[in-house]
Amino acid sequence: MSDFLQAIASGAQAGLGYQAIFFVLLAVGLNVHFGYSGLLNFGQIAFALLGAFGLAISVVRWGLPFWVGILIGIAASVVLAILLGIPTLRLRADYLAIVTIAAAEILRLVFRSVGATSVTGGTRGLSGFNADFVALAPWPGGRQYEFWGMRWSGAQLWLALIGWIVVLLCSLLIWSLMRSPWGRVVKAIREDEDAARALGKNVYAYKMQALVLGGVMGTLGGSVYALGLGSVNPDQYQNANTFLAYTALILGGAARVWGPVVGGIILLFLVQFADTGLKALITNGIIPEDLLSQTDVAQIRFVLIGVGLMLLLVFRPQGIFGDRREVMLDAR
Amino acid sequence: MPADESAHGAHAARPEQVAAVAAPAAGSGKAAPARLAQAALRDLPWEIGVPKPDPIVVVDGVTRTFGGLTAVSVDHLEVQRGGITGLIGPNGAGKTTLFNLLTGFDQPNTGTWSFDGRPLGKLAPHQVARLGVVRTFQLTKALSRLTVLENMLLGAQGQKGENFFRALLPGAWKGQEKANTEKAMDLLRRFKLDTKREEFAGTLSGGQRKLLEMARALMSDPKVVMLDEPMAGVNPALTQSLLGHVKDLREEGMTVIFVEHDMDVVRDISDWVVVMAAGKVIAEGPPESISQNQAVVDAYLGAHHDAPLTVEEEDRVLAEVEAEINREQRGDAPPGSDVISSDGPGGRR
Repeated sequence: MSDFLQAIASGAQAGLGYQAIFFVLLAVGLNVHFGYSGLLNFGQIAFALLGAFGLAISVVRWGLPFWVGILIGIAASVVLAILLGIPTLRLRADYLAIVTIAAAEILRLVFRSVGATSVTGGTRGLSGFNADFVALAPWPGGRQYEFWGMRWSGAQLWLALIGWIVVLLCSLLIWSLMRSPWGRVVKAIREDEDAARALGKNVYAYKMQALVLGGVMGTLGGSVYALGLGSVNPDQYQNANTFLAYTALILGGAARVWGPVVGGIILLFLVQFADTGLKALITNGIIPEDLLSQTDVAQIRFVLIGVGLMLLLVFRPQGIFGDRREVMLDAR
Repeated sequence: MPADESAHGAHAARPEQVAAVAAPAAGSGKAAPARLAQAALRDLPWEIGVPKPDPIVVVDGVTRTFGGLTAVSVDHLEVQRGGITGLIGPNGAGKTTLFNLLTGFDQPNTGTWSFDGRPLGKLAPHQVARLGVVRTFQLTKALSRLTVLENMLLGAQGQKGENFFRALLPGAWKGQEKANTEKAMDLLRRFKLDTKREEFAGTLSGGQRKLLEMARALMSDPKVVMLDEPMAGVNPALTQSLLGHVKDLREEGMTVIFVEHDMDVVRDISDWVVVMAAGKVIAEGPPESISQNQAVVDAYLGAHHDAPLTVEEEDRVLAEVEAEINREQRGDAPPGSDVISSDGPGGRR
């Protein structure tokens, strides 16, 4: 029983920690793209990478304050979104998907290349840029806090607080946009671009705005992740994270303001809960060691989550918050 | 304006025709624009490219080719303001392509076209729509996962809340939104969709989607409404109601251009009919002129569909074929390959 509680507590800590905020912000951005505007962005991690490295490079290499670094990361993402959008947003949706997936990989490879080492630190990355941020915490960053079976350092609590405030603000922004006529146009574009054009809407401009908006949210996720880890390394920004964020989005329900937020929390909770829980079951001998060893847990938990997702899509395709009627309608 | 003078003359000259048009219009005042257009077009010669007294859309030398295929090649075409112009023609005649060109969804290889004297070349679809030329699509484009009311509100033009930054200040657009909602509800009541306002458009039937698409187009207060097969796939009862709505547009002073295959519908509502075949305009005139037009009959049914061959013609054709066969057998067959060579042309034919 105590093992079970321990698994829940460690799951909750993962579901509320900076990694969860990272995935939630990626998913919130993807919700703007995929959920509301119908843009297939398969390279959301590229925006996060710019957020992380914008911060790290500004502080470590250029000696700027960390908040300027975050702004630089955002500016870089806006530029990236516009560069990706100019050639692709006039074309069919699949072209954006191809270009974003390639851009994410190109950026990671460029950032880890030997030639870029003087700026990005290459494969070793950069570290030592979050001290100023931690120093802003109203409580000592180094102290340990224990409650409800969770164990947080002061710095982690501070980042979680700020991170969730950012999530809240982003969600409020999306909520207010999506109930406005702007949101209505964007949703109309998701349904049928030509119909929106025939009604006098400049589809290209709206898609570009949506791409930039969602990208900036992914960037904020990258900055939070970098602050939490205290170091950045290009290989942390593998594109698999984009697809985990998509998982969070679909789990919570696309085109719903709180879908990606709750989806991200639950996904991270489940991953950690399965990990701790399975290990406890093996230690207690409930699962024989021959069947599943401790070292296999890291892989098998994703298998379990994959099976769970399949069941979700069969029995509740709309996710947690979605409207089943809406999902059952063919989009076109 | 010549149209004004001849308006009453039309009444006297062709009572049966005017009665058919005027019947659905409630007040005589409302019916006036319809008669204007019809009367203005009454005395025009039934010629291709004939100038109209008051054209709102003028097309000049527009061609569009897809590879080797010339989809549209229109030398000159004028569309009368305030009238219902039917665009008919066999499949593949280029009607929808012409629609796409006129609304900016496609760009022609050559040519110019203007709306209200303003050239429309090189304008994007949304710019054309903002000028007041709004279209519907052959395959209905209801925005499935938006509610019926949201669909309608999208049609409204000049919305302040559609700007990204102003969208964040509800005070800036709430008033306009309310006015638009009232207008949308009025239109929905007219189209008998008001009970469906909160339903997703994707749950409507095919006919209701056609109605919604037309109502949505009207939200923008268009000057020209272009309907691409508005009656396709609609049951006969709803067709009557749709026809009524199209006629109402004319009563309100809008110009309607529509593509349609059902000749009864075309005869019923159009003031002027333009016939296209193989990308060209092959005839135009009032609806009653079209069925008598030899070019139109040929285009639809083929040039010799009702002319049996005479005995002399039959003999001549037979003689030609025989001569051809003889020629092939005698001259062209290489030695030693009789079977193959006689098989070859036959197979090809």
